[in-house]
Amino acid sequence: MGGNLDFGWLGDALAAIGRGAATTILMILVSAVIGGVLSVLGAAGARSRHAPVRYLVAAYVELIRNTPFIVQMFFIFFGLPSVGLVLNPLVVAIVAITINLTAYGIEIVGAGLDAVSSGQKEAGLALGLRSRQVFIKVTLPQALRVIFPALSSQIIIMMLESAAVSQIAVKELTYEADLIQARTFLPFETYLVVALIYLVLSIILRRLLLSGGKRFLFGGAA
Amino acid sequence: MDFTLWDIVRNLLLAARWTVLLSIVAFIGGGIAGLGILLMRIDSRKWLRRPAEYYIGLFQGTPLLLQLFLVFFGLPRIGLRIDPWLTAVLGLTLCASAFLAEIWRGGVEALPRGQWDAGASLGLHYLKQLRLIILPQVFSITRAPTVGFLVQLVKSTALTSIIGFEELLRTANAINNATFQPFVVYGCVALIFFAICFPLTRYVKALEKRKA
Repeated sequence: MGGNLDFGWLGDALAAIGRGAATTILMILVSAVIGGVLSVLGAAGARSRHAPVRYLVAAYVELIRNTPFIVQMFFIFFGLPSVGLVLNPLVVAIVAITINLTAYGIEIVGAGLDAVSSGQKEAGLALGLRSRQVFIKVTLPQALRVIFPALSSQIIIMMLESAAVSQIAVKELTYEADLIQARTFLPFETYLVVALIYLVLSIILRRLLLSGGKRFLFGGAA
Repeated sequence: MDFTLWDIVRNLLLAARWTVLLSIVAFIGGGIAGLGILLMRIDSRKWLRRPAEYYIGLFQGTPLLLQLFLVFFGLPRIGLRIDPWLTAVLGLTLCASAFLAEIWRGGVEALPRGQWDAGASLGLHYLKQLRLIILPQVFSITRAPTVGFLVQLVKSTALTSIIGFEELLRTANAINNATFQPFVVYGCVALIFFAICFPLTRYVKALEKRKA
């Protein structure tokens, strides 16, 4: 490596980095909550009795999973104003992240639902529960327990991919890095520090999700 | 000058050649480098295993966009000129090597210990055990996630538009600025990516079903 690394700018930049990191976390948490609920609905839809619902969900999943996130985001961000709808970039980012996360979530939740043995469902029905009750009280909790680690990984992957929303000027971590390096003329150092912050965030988020999942999802009747 | 739909599609398809080329080069480069990382990662010596572990963790735990920025701005520091194509290839290759090494490591660990012992009992030394017995089986059982990663890689190439590599998305941005038809332009981009990725995804599904 030629030249020494210069981190003298870091003190002045901490506030901006903190704000950016907070926005990144906010985006991910909001998208994860909404996306989680939508994933369950979608996975249920993918197993619906009605064929059109099944096809619709399948088409959505394949379309999103086989195109880049940044293209989906540009489609929304540049597309909506052309039909007269101007949204805050942060809102567009959360919508785009949620749409993307949900497509993967549906596949993951679906795999969990398939992993629950059919005897569980039959037992529920035999007890006189309606099929919706069986889904919510018997199948779904068991499925979530199986897939929670996979879902957590997907949320973390999405947090890393969310760096791309800096391209539509959402003031998150990568966007703040862009501003800092434009001011300090030290792009390498700036992006190095911010990359390491993402690394720390992903490690913390993984820990929180896994321990939180254990406590709130599977506490008690596990 | 007016753009017809055909003008838009034709320009995008021409740009898509770069997307495909970058994907192939990065996949092959990442496969070769990933094999080296894999060998380090499964080595019994800690001083080889640890760096590989950190390497994989670093690339899997940070955004690809920032990895591309670091390569882009890191090139001048090692005396090279800033170059979008070199950055794109190098950045995606490094990232792919980490992911592929981790996928294949899963395959190595899934193999029964007896496969190694059988190789040893035939008098094969370590590298021959790997080459003749272990790796062929690893590549066979990890084919589905390996191709699955290729899909991720193809989609990742879109990020190289940000560091100035003239692939599909960057061309689309230019066309969109000239035509103001975002739904058409980005819709076409999405469809081209879909046309590349969907057959691969179907292949992955078929592989998974065959195994189940």
